[in-house]
Amino acid sequence: MKVVSQSIDKLDAMALVTGKPVYTNDIAPQNCLIVKVLRSPHAYAKILSIKTDTALKVPGIACILTYKDVPNKRFTMAGQSYPEPSPYDRLILDQYVRYVGDPVAIVAGDSEKAVQKALKLIKAEYEVFKPILDPEEAIDNNTVIHTEEDYHVNFDIGNDVKRNICCSGGFESGNVDEAFEKCDVIVDEVYHTKANNQAMMETFITYTHMDYNGRLNIVSSTQIPFHVRRIAARALDIPKAKVRVIKPRIGGGFGAKQTVVSELFPAIVTLKTGKPAKMIFDRYETFAASTSRHEMKIRAKVGSDKDGNIKAIHITTLSNTGAYGEHGPTTVGLSGHKTMPLYNKAGAFKFEFQVVYTNTMSAGAFRGYGATQGAFALESAINELAAKLNMDPTILRQKNLLEEGEVLTAYHGETLRSCTLNSCINKGKELIKWDEKYPYKRISDHKVRAVGTAITMQGSGIAGIDIASVQIRLNDDGYYTLLVGATDMGTGCDTILGQMAAECLECDMDKIVVNGVDTDQSPYDTGSYASSTTYVTGMSVIKACKKLRDQMLTEASKILKVEKDTLEFDGQKIYNEEKSITLDKLAQELVVGDGNYLMASASHSSPYSPPPFMAGFVEIELDTETGQITVIDYFGIVDCGTPINPKLARIQVEGGIAQGIGMALCEDITYTELGKMKNNSFMQYKIPSRRDVGNIKVAFESSYEPTGPFGAKSIGEVVINTPPPAVAHAVYNAAGVNIRSLPITSEKILKGIMAKR
Amino acid sequence: MQIKCYINNRLFNEVIEPDMLLIDFLRHTGFTSVKRGCDTANCGLCTVWVNEKTVLSCSVLAASVNGKHITTLEGVEDEAIAFGKFVADEGAEQCGYCSPGFIMSVLSMKRELNDPTEEEIKHYLSGNLCRCTGYMGQLRAIKKFLQQGKDGA
Repeated sequence: MKVVSQSIDKLDAMALVTGKPVYTNDIAPQNCLIVKVLRSPHAYAKILSIKTDTALKVPGIACILTYKDVPNKRFTMAGQSYPEPSPYDRLILDQYVRYVGDPVAIVAGDSEKAVQKALKLIKAEYEVFKPILDPEEAIDNNTVIHTEEDYHVNFDIGNDVKRNICCSGGFESGNVDEAFEKCDVIVDEVYHTKANNQAMMETFITYTHMDYNGRLNIVSSTQIPFHVRRIAARALDIPKAKVRVIKPRIGGGFGAKQTVVSELFPAIVTLKTGKPAKMIFDRYETFAASTSRHEMKIRAKVGSDKDGNIKAIHITTLSNTGAYGEHGPTTVGLSGHKTMPLYNKAGAFKFEFQVVYTNTMSAGAFRGYGATQGAFALESAINELAAKLNMDPTILRQKNLLEEGEVLTAYHGETLRSCTLNSCINKGKELIKWDEKYPYKRISDHKVRAVGTAITMQGSGIAGIDIASVQIRLNDDGYYTLLVGATDMGTGCDTILGQMAAECLECDMDKIVVNGVDTDQSPYDTGSYASSTTYVTGMSVIKACKKLRDQMLTEASKILKVEKDTLEFDGQKIYNEEKSITLDKLAQELVVGDGNYLMASASHSSPYSPPPFMAGFVEIELDTETGQITVIDYFGIVDCGTPINPKLARIQVEGGIAQGIGMALCEDITYTELGKMKNNSFMQYKIPSRRDVGNIKVAFESSYEPTGPFGAKSIGEVVINTPPPAVAHAVYNAAGVNIRSLPITSEKILKGIMAKR
Repeated sequence: MQIKCYINNRLFNEVIEPDMLLIDFLRHTGFTSVKRGCDTANCGLCTVWVNEKTVLSCSVLAASVNGKHITTLEGVEDEAIAFGKFVADEGAEQCGYCSPGFIMSVLSMKRELNDPTEEEIKHYLSGNLCRCTGYMGQLRAIKKFLQQGKDGA
């Protein structure tokens, strides 16, 4: 292949490294009204009265909106395909506030100072209720978080809102109870993963204006322009045809921007005032008034015979969706369905789950989307099982690993068509020198170096639901425009989709112009989430290019007056043994007189979501006197099918591992007793700096996925999952302490060491 | 109040509020490469130079740069391209939002440190956060960039 599998520079690279104005706030007009939100100081309360008259007198204030001024039409902010699985439990502003940070009033004015002043002059009176902050106390609590009569779910998700249950369900295959009875060794533990913040460098930013056709234009840093269009139309109670959404360059998303966070506030201001408006979330709001990773308590029970043949796995997940149900019903499934299938030979699987409301900030989408939480639980349990069996955990895994050709009962019955996980483990062991270093080496009287490991899987898009469309056009100089609805949020998907088009049309990258996303122009795409762009949108690129080639041959045969099936296209010209026309000439002919400007569109939705795989290996240094832990090396060995752009794939792996290390060691959202988030800035919520991640090293063991473009699967999410269980494993190997609650802090390690003494 | 300063060697004579921050002053005057990533001086995105020294422009009052020379990424575009090519070669710009502040720090490091070790590089740049790349690609780009400088000398 000439273009695919090449490490081509990102199309936007030089604009980004020279600081060009390409992000939402760089291109927003100067005359935008500044929009800010008054936020609830209470975790759960009813607004009794709001006085805005004094605030309205502040010079420069254009409008102040309260719950009385917004459409009474409930919606979910989660960006998911219709009919959304997340409950309709939100209003833009509601009389009830359900977490500290819930919006109470929207203020818009000419300057930030005026708006800040007006915010302070709004007087709200509340009836304050006792909040629920612990998910384990949510079900059947005297406090009920959603009492509204128009609360709505689109289909049966096991919802029981009067009991604070957002969603519940389960799955069983084989007879788990019988299988456990026959097991010689069983591990049965509860693992606790915490809420984390995506912490992309660009906060939530949106500007809105009315265009010359009287339509609301929303320019926003979002992963889901088409979902924003649908959700905004519903929330604002205006026709979808009146909404246009544009996505410029995005300063990172990681799932945070798979939810409508900042869009509706300036949108309603623009609708009410007719003026352009801009909302910039500061970092505090980005932490405390958006969506986080779902906190989960996961009981993992795993049993095997004495030789380490795993016979049964039972996962029970309690997920905390916070005050609203965004992504609640969907993330939880991955904690079982994207963990258990790794040990497909077990034969008996059971998965039960409950997702509950609490008065904490709503959870949402964050890279890994439940699989990350599940991986910490099940992979930790597998490592504990290996310890009980007195067996090398890599050997225990390899003994029970899923294999190509198997039907994955716990993964929706999909057949596994591509998998090199076994080689990933072998390669990782070789790279880290596992056999030499496992389990630990003492390097001084109080310092130990130890290794740890975990494996993981994810999916590639959402099977049978999400859809991606592209259009490719042949322009008059013989170059192409590829219109995509997928959103490049820094990942480079514009570039890799362009590479696929160039490969199909046998041209250089400079012949492909990639354009996205404007919902008025781009073809529909559900958006960039669920590891979908390469696998799902990639296939629509291949389909569209095939159609375009066919159209080009048809037109060339008319011009050359030869049979179409004698013609071939080599990227430069269309020819047979006798006649030939260059692409430039053909393209030129097609835009003159009775020509036919060529455009080909295609959509793709896959009935499969083939899992990518990764084996993670970590070496840590642990100070057994202080509990201080340092990551020395982290090896990630990945099967993502064919890497379309190896260097961009590698960066995905490195970045995902660094985020996973943050989750493993330090990232933790906690609340005060009154429900106020403590970790609402980079002061209190530490993400890894370049001194905290050790040396991250990446290798690929590529398989070939027959249902993917050029054999590709996904890469974006699978890479974040292994660090928490691998680091926990290394800590066990260093100090004999099992840490089952994230993050794995020095304090927890030291307490464990002291308890052992 | 009135201030007079040079931004990227161009003289600016501006009326500002006394409490205006340098980051807002720079963005307001059109230097939008300067990005705000936090409110607590933790992220490094807004790094610029004042009289050739790196500062966080979110933590400096615009009033305090009266009479001084400020440099943003727009003012060192040739160097940004020279280094940026190495970054692009690693795919390590990713979302690009931290790039301007990061690159201002790297160019400053190149002026200040002679032949820095890997540890010295990490130490110098520890205030520049990045959430996309895991930092390794940035490190590879820096090493190649510094090496090239040496080869040319």
